[in-house]
Amino acid sequence: MGKAKVDIIHSRFVPLNMENVDTDQIIPARFLKATTRDGFGKNLFRDWRYENDDETKPKADFVLNNNNFTGSILVAAKNFGCGSSREHAAWAIDDYGFRAVVSSFFADIFKNNALNNGLLPVTVSEDFLQAIFQQGNEATLTINLSEQKITIDTTGESESFEINSYKKTCLLNGYDDIDYLLSSKEDILAFETTH
Amino acid sequence: MYSLSLLIGLEIDFMSKTLFEKIWAKHIVKTIEDGPSVLYIDTHFIHEVTSPQAFNGLNKRGIKVFRPKQTVATADHNVPTLNQHLPIKEELSRMQVEALIKNCAEHAVDLYGLGHPFQGIVHVIGPELGITQPGMTIVCGDSHTSTHGAFGAIAFGIGTSEVEMVLATQCLLQTKPKLMRINVEGALNKGVVSKDIVLYILSKISASGATGYAVEFAGSAIRSLSMEARMTICNMSIEMGGRCGLIAPDETTFNYIQGREFAPPAGDEWNKKMAAWKQLHTDSDAIFDKEYHFDAADIQPMITYGTNPGMGIGITENIPTTETINDTDRSGLSKSLAYMGLHQGEAIKGKKVDYVFIGSCTNSRIEDLRMVASFVQGKQKASDVEVWIVPGSKQVEKQAKEEGIDKIFEAAGFMLRQPGCSACLGMNEDKIPAGKYCISTSNRNFEGRQGAGARTLLASPLTAAAAAITGVVTDVRELLN
Ligand code: SF4
Repeated sequence: MGKAKVDIIHSRFVPLNMENVDTDQIIPARFLKATTRDGFGKNLFRDWRYENDDETKPKADFVLNNNNFTGSILVAAKNFGCGSSREHAAWAIDDYGFRAVVSSFFADIFKNNALNNGLLPVTVSEDFLQAIFQQGNEATLTINLSEQKITIDTTGESESFEINSYKKTCLLNGYDDIDYLLSSKEDILAFETTH
Repeated sequence: MYSLSLLIGLEIDFMSKTLFEKIWAKHIVKTIEDGPSVLYIDTHFIHEVTSPQAFNGLNKRGIKVFRPKQTVATADHNVPTLNQHLPIKEELSRMQVEALIKNCAEHAVDLYGLGHPFQGIVHVIGPELGITQPGMTIVCGDSHTSTHGAFGAIAFGIGTSEVEMVLATQCLLQTKPKLMRINVEGALNKGVVSKDIVLYILSKISASGATGYAVEFAGSAIRSLSMEARMTICNMSIEMGGRCGLIAPDETTFNYIQGREFAPPAGDEWNKKMAAWKQLHTDSDAIFDKEYHFDAADIQPMITYGTNPGMGIGITENIPTTETINDTDRSGLSKSLAYMGLHQGEAIKGKKVDYVFIGSCTNSRIEDLRMVASFVQGKQKASDVEVWIVPGSKQVEKQAKEEGIDKIFEAAGFMLRQPGCSACLGMNEDKIPAGKYCISTSNRNFEGRQGAGARTLLASPLTAAAAAITGVVTDVRELLN
């Protein structure tokens, strides 16, 4: 049950220059009623995307509705993914077609959820984030997971990012935590008898 | 070799530890080199919204829940709070609740669903049934699992993939968070309750101030609080970004647990537990990565004006301006205020309120209802305000009726509904209409949280009750004699 492998992501990006983007915005609660993991992408940022919840009325000033910005990398300001633990937020971003989210700060649970779904959270410095936001819509980013490096291709500026080495191995190979835990059953049983 | 390892063992035992570290160490199954640890989970709560995909995952693998007796389920997010005996009207909500019933039956998990005398909001029922106990590791696919930390437990919210891991193995892969202590010392002012303490801390350290940390709340002001009040504070530790919140257990904790449905039975078992629980405190010279000190005397009744829980002010203060606001919220101020229909620099006191919601896992316990009842007794709600009181559980509802609290609400024109998450999140039938102002005892004022376009002002049950009486944002101290 592995996930798609992640290594080098080279793409244009969608800039969402807002702080404290919470998971209620990423996917509003009324869309959490499904019992499967699929199809959340169409409701990603639903209330920022459409006027009065009406798909025929996209809000022109919201970046996902601006055809000039596309790509498989979402770039957002500080404290992205705060609030509810709903993994549906990571599913929605992934289902929409993003493969990585770049921010200067991620909320803990969101970060875990993203990693568990092969969606790469990349934490950069505030300065580097601002440098990305200053790029035009044609600019591309390259995220190299093996080297833990993110580069603004147009300017050549780059920065290294942190990732837990275990999680890195999982992403590079498409492993799941659950596979690891299931393979640790003996240890778990032993723990239970002594605690 | 033997003596060396003995020596190391002794050294470790003599090292000062925090409350968090003591519990953490007891639950480590093993640690991956340069990686996370396998953390054993004592109790796993589940609800209908974040569990179906996890059960699907188990079914696909052809495995059953590993430790069904350590798993407890309830239906809370999607349930209506009126006419709970009737089928749920909204089809998708009904299907989600039905999926939970089916999954629990197939996997032998105890479900306190609609109609069960224990049903209620997951973070209300765990403690009130005595399932939540000191020293435990507790998880749930719900960020407000931090609530249970009020008992001196490591309790945190997880995503659905992690729910699947716990169902499958009773374990999670976790990295130890950094440690923070927030001390609040001194006596609380009149009209100030635990919700005000936590909104005050949030306004000082911001909605991301504790991200990456496990937060221990300490100090004489915290010690003086009841269990219900402590739960309110730990509940909102996630609003600071905290991985979890904890408070060391003490006599208040033990007295609360004793005699509850699933509490250890009196006698040997209870005494043994008590002996272990009494060890659960931070050693005097243990070190935290970060520490804050606040003075209870500085806290007044609080209210939020913006769209994250860190955007709060004292009730008599004016909404900040771009010049006066802290750095963290500066860039979002205009957008927040535009959504809220409020303006920089204006007073919040006196603002018209349309709805009052007293409920949610933050403030729907019997003590909250008692507090509101004793305040509104003999008073009448303002005619143009809708007031919803939603008990956190069937047991709270029952107790409120036994104590005659329902009669006081009825006389005041308040509506006592049935248990559930209700208007805390716009997922069930209870939604606040677009553009309307709701003073709410819940924990999140995010855009659209209580319904698309709804405007939320977070406050304590007392401050919410005061607004119910006057119809405007009110300083409750003016109504207290
Ligand atoms: S009451 Fe609100 S915050 Fe609490 S569990 Fe329900 S939806 Fe979540």
